[in-house]
Amino acid sequence: MSLIISEDIRKNYSAGEITVEALKGLNFTVEPAAFVSFIGPSGSGKTTLLNLIGCLDKPTSGRLTVAGAEVSRLDRRQSALFRGMNLGFVFQDFNLIPVLTVYENVEYPLLMVRNVPSAERRKRVMALLDSVGMADHKGKRPDQISGGQKQRVAIARALVSDPKLVLADEPTANLDHETAYMVINSMKRLRDELGTTFIFSTHDPKIVGEAEIIFTLEDGRIVDTRKAKGGKGDA
Amino acid sequence: MLDLFRIAIRNLMRYKRRTILTASLITIGVVFVLVFISVSGSFKAMMIGQITDSMLGHIQIHKKGYVSSIDNLPLTLNIKPAAVKRIEEVIGQIPEIESHSKRIKFGGMFSTFVETTTIRLNGVYPEDEFRAVPLLPSRIIQGKKGLARGEILLPDLIFKGMNVNVGDSIVVVATNEDGSVNGRQFTVSGMIESATGPGGRDGYIHIEDAAEILRMEEQEISEIALKLHDFNKLHEIYSMLQDKLGEEKNQQGKPVLEVHTWESLSPFFNIARMIDIMTFFIKLMLIAIVLISIMNVMIMAVYERIREIGTIAAIGTMPEKILSLFVLEGFSLGVFGAIVGNLIGMGIILILNVSKITFDFGRQTGLILSPSISGKEMLMISVIVIVVAVIASLQPAYKASCMEPIKALRHT
Repeated sequence: MSLIISEDIRKNYSAGEITVEALKGLNFTVEPAAFVSFIGPSGSGKTTLLNLIGCLDKPTSGRLTVAGAEVSRLDRRQSALFRGMNLGFVFQDFNLIPVLTVYENVEYPLLMVRNVPSAERRKRVMALLDSVGMADHKGKRPDQISGGQKQRVAIARALVSDPKLVLADEPTANLDHETAYMVINSMKRLRDELGTTFIFSTHDPKIVGEAEIIFTLEDGRIVDTRKAKGGKGDA
Repeated sequence: MLDLFRIAIRNLMRYKRRTILTASLITIGVVFVLVFISVSGSFKAMMIGQITDSMLGHIQIHKKGYVSSIDNLPLTLNIKPAAVKRIEEVIGQIPEIESHSKRIKFGGMFSTFVETTTIRLNGVYPEDEFRAVPLLPSRIIQGKKGLARGEILLPDLIFKGMNVNVGDSIVVVATNEDGSVNGRQFTVSGMIESATGPGGRDGYIHIEDAAEILRMEEQEISEIALKLHDFNKLHEIYSMLQDKLGEEKNQQGKPVLEVHTWESLSPFFNIARMIDIMTFFIKLMLIAIVLISIMNVMIMAVYERIREIGTIAAIGTMPEKILSLFVLEGFSLGVFGAIVGNLIGMGIILILNVSKITFDFGRQTGLILSPSISGKEMLMISVIVIVVAVIASLQPAYKASCMEPIKALRHT
């Protein structure tokens, strides 16, 4: 069964009397353990779509099913619970909590969202920090590490609660090309190791090629779908 | 919960200067309130002690209607011996009453054979009176600190005004209940200063002399002054006496006796109440300080961390946990302010005690200020501060918990 099923989803924003159609009837599916990228110019609807998939927003119409749940039907609390149990997020600006160490940032979802026991938390956090190569920096605060390291910590945080899906909105936008490439490859490697589905948006053509399925958005519509060999998805 | 605390404390420490300033404000407020309560409490306790232990006693028992006409010292409203006996039985049943003193109060003429003036006299058993009002001997500033039959302790107003000396013979003339006049010669044994300032005309003689001068066949009593072991039980014992003595009824079924605490017998009670009111307003000021300072700092904290709130909400933190996080920050500020404020406050109170600051009350000079604060009072102030801190954090915390993650993440 597909992890994401989008059926004619639309999203409108209203500002006074003006209504802007951000998404204009998207239909696509994403299979489990896929490595998917949404690309397109600014204003094409990438972030809006990721927000809908991430239960941070609701579609104006259409049906969006993520991990078996129709997300538009979830209320605020249910959405929070759903995100905590099923989703991981990687943000463009990393969004690490500045007062917490690298270790504590990664531990946060297990502690505050999942209530995982201490020993299990330690095991999972250290395993992920090892995976992203940040174990040696576990005691540092976010302001003591580089941008690439911050994003690796953010990836570890997104994966620590073993989500079905990780959403990354422009995860490499604030990184140089080499670091961006490294981050994307880290994500891909973790997908291979953990079987977690990754969806990321980008407008950087150099890293797009790393995705197995590439949906191109333009003016709120999917105008192209490309699959690398073995890609899992359909439009 | 401990992890939430840890995060809350770290959040507070990320703006060290602001947190320290806010905590300092709360600390200063707590210190100010504690010192004020202890100093004003010391003054109040001293004042009440002076009033009750040097003349009034803690509680007084009279015949019904006596207090309302006390200026006339009516002999017709004396308590009869049978009732006195009954009162003493009741007093004996209450172990919280330390001592009691029976008094015959009457007005008379005082003559030095050269000059004459009016005087108010208290006939007392000296040992009982000194037990019921233990500061009375310290008011005797000239002559011997005692009173025997045939002796009179004169108020300083009359002693000095009539140019009397210790050992002089004087005459007291009084009208008894029947209207006949009687006189008796006394020897001046000492001068007693007024407890409340110039103007006091109350002298003391032995109660048996008073009964004699008033030609009482049986000893009647104008009032009985009581001293309690524990002043804090004043109202409890008052109610107990009211209940027990209220059973004494006249033929019309109305109560024969009335019981008063010192509060309804002395105008100084109003000063004590003023101190209480001032303390109340000082506490209100503390509440305002805590409320405004914490609310201000928490509103700022929420505003500055909108994106962070969006992040933690996006990764699935439930709204109540976000609320708890911010409330705990306010709570921690309150706890810190209360603890440090209590410690500094105790230090200042200790210093004030060591410094032995003196003050005057009425004619009493050089009274040593001995401020103290009870654990209960400190606990109450701490609880007020912490509860107000939590209340002040609630609105900003609620706002944070209600934020839509998508909007919060977009915040720049």
